[in-house]
Amino acid sequence: MTVARTLAVALHGVDGTLVEIEADLANGLPAFTIIGLPDTALGEAKDRVRSAASNSGCDLPNRKVTVNLSPASLPKHGSGFDLGIAVAALATTGAVDTAALDGVVHVGELSLDGRLRPVAGVLPSVLAARRAGARMVVVPSGNGPEARLVAGIRVVALGSLREVLIHHGASLEPVPVEAIPVARPDEVPPAEGDLGDVVGHPEAIEALQVAAAGGHHLMMLGPPGAGKTLLASRLPGLLPDLEPDAAVEVASVRSLAGLAVGSSLVTRPPLESPHHSATMASLIGGGSGLLRPGAISRAAHGVLFLDEAPEFSGAVLDALRQPLETGQITIHRARSVARFPARFQLVLAANPCPCGQAESADGHCTCTPMARRRYLGRLSGPLLDRVDLRLTVRRVGVAQMTGGGQGSTTTATARARVARARSRARERWTDIGTGLNSSVPGSVLRSAPWRLAPHDRVALDRALERGALTMRGYDRVLRIAWSIVDLEGADRPTAEHVGHALYLRQGL
Amino acid sequence: MTRTQALGSSGEDLAVDHLVAQGCTILDRNWRCSLGEIDIVARDGRTTVVVEVKTRSGSGYGHPLEAITPVKLARLRRLAAAWCEAHEGVERLRIDAIAVLADREGVTLEHVRQVC
Repeated sequence: MTVARTLAVALHGVDGTLVEIEADLANGLPAFTIIGLPDTALGEAKDRVRSAASNSGCDLPNRKVTVNLSPASLPKHGSGFDLGIAVAALATTGAVDTAALDGVVHVGELSLDGRLRPVAGVLPSVLAARRAGARMVVVPSGNGPEARLVAGIRVVALGSLREVLIHHGASLEPVPVEAIPVARPDEVPPAEGDLGDVVGHPEAIEALQVAAAGGHHLMMLGPPGAGKTLLASRLPGLLPDLEPDAAVEVASVRSLAGLAVGSSLVTRPPLESPHHSATMASLIGGGSGLLRPGAISRAAHGVLFLDEAPEFSGAVLDALRQPLETGQITIHRARSVARFPARFQLVLAANPCPCGQAESADGHCTCTPMARRRYLGRLSGPLLDRVDLRLTVRRVGVAQMTGGGQGSTTTATARARVARARSRARERWTDIGTGLNSSVPGSVLRSAPWRLAPHDRVALDRALERGALTMRGYDRVLRIAWSIVDLEGADRPTAEHVGHALYLRQGL
Repeated sequence: MTRTQALGSSGEDLAVDHLVAQGCTILDRNWRCSLGEIDIVARDGRTTVVVEVKTRSGSGYGHPLEAITPVKLARLRRLAAAWCEAHEGVERLRIDAIAVLADREGVTLEHVRQVC
């Protein structure tokens, strides 16, 4: 047998394609060639494979070995192909039965002593293998717990190339090795602070719950020290646990980003708060060659919090517009296209002006009117139009501080309230195929049976006539009104609910 | 004659025996010109074969065939052309490599055809 085949996975974003690794043993001077658009890391596999093979007691043949990664036109990245290349190359010599390799996907990097190194992106690779109908996946021991998160496919986690060859039926003596662990230990997830820590701000706490119930994007405006960051950090705690599919997607993105995934799926929504010096590639995702997910993808199914939003570069902020609409981001580069999830809830926080004191009761703004205008003008109209809730956060007064003490709403009670509201919304919108008020089409809200009675929406119609609301804004107020109704457990929005929604929308 | 030279020439003798056993006629041995030396020139049917022989007493420094580098192959091609100029009646030309590995376990000989 001079041609041997096995499988591996080429990732582009969270999607993966099965790649067939063919190795051919030809008569000729000793050479090892890898073809099929490898990148530098993959091209160097030939040196790793040669050393690892000879240190595993199974030398590569002294012949011309050609390894082809098919489809040959698809660019392939990274060191995860090492194991598949080594197994295919050794199978050409008959060291391994080629029939044992049928439908087996190999993922893993080789160290020079023949042990298997964990690689990034194992979870999406195993998912892709299952989707493509592979029989079995062989992964490094360090990635075993992560790979086993995927049900419905046989996962074999092994420590070294020798163990893999023995597993495929090679007659070698087993040599126990110390498996290489994942470089990063499991991080302890940061404790979500409790909503009860927030002093005062009853309106803001109510607005946070509305945002959580309906999945609405939120903007908070207020002077420094008012508690915007504190409030925003409490939002993920209000969101319900992730659905299984969403949890797998969150873990896939973490795996692609090279973060620890752990041995069980994280079910709490993620919170990403990038600094305002973030570049386009760090926020949206990108890079040359291997495309990596950005902050918006790491925040998928969770919260993306942009503190000091006007300090972000305008181009970076405006790049959020498309993923806000579609819930995913497709990154195009000359040689590759990658898709990442990006259905996140956006929370913006900003000061009203550069000095931060405008409109505050106890400070004097020293900014010129022009500076003030320019400051908030950095948040473009189209971006703000997509933000449903606009909230003014004021400084907490002495009376609230000493009188009220700790807030009465805790995260646990608020989360239960949000969960009830969400289940009501899900029941109502089953026919439309969505679970969140924020993603219901406006045409549905404005037509029977969900259209509001004229006397209930009079304030809204007036605002539209005056030109204070755009048509998109009109729909957004309706959505907020439904979220308020769900939170209160009421039946349909009344004039009062619409008024509250208008206030939350026009809070600036 | 140094030890390596003796090893090399005994390896070439083994290669000649092998080629004769394969039914080849030996045309030339250790043919020299200004470019260098061809170990063996043989005739295999209508094909003239230029053979490079590599002999090693162990694989501690790698397999003998691994010592045939692209630079050496390029020189072999030039040498083959020089031999053809100096001799007549060459129809087809082929360059082969023969590895002789003589270690404690015995002597193994590998013949690789058409190396370039």
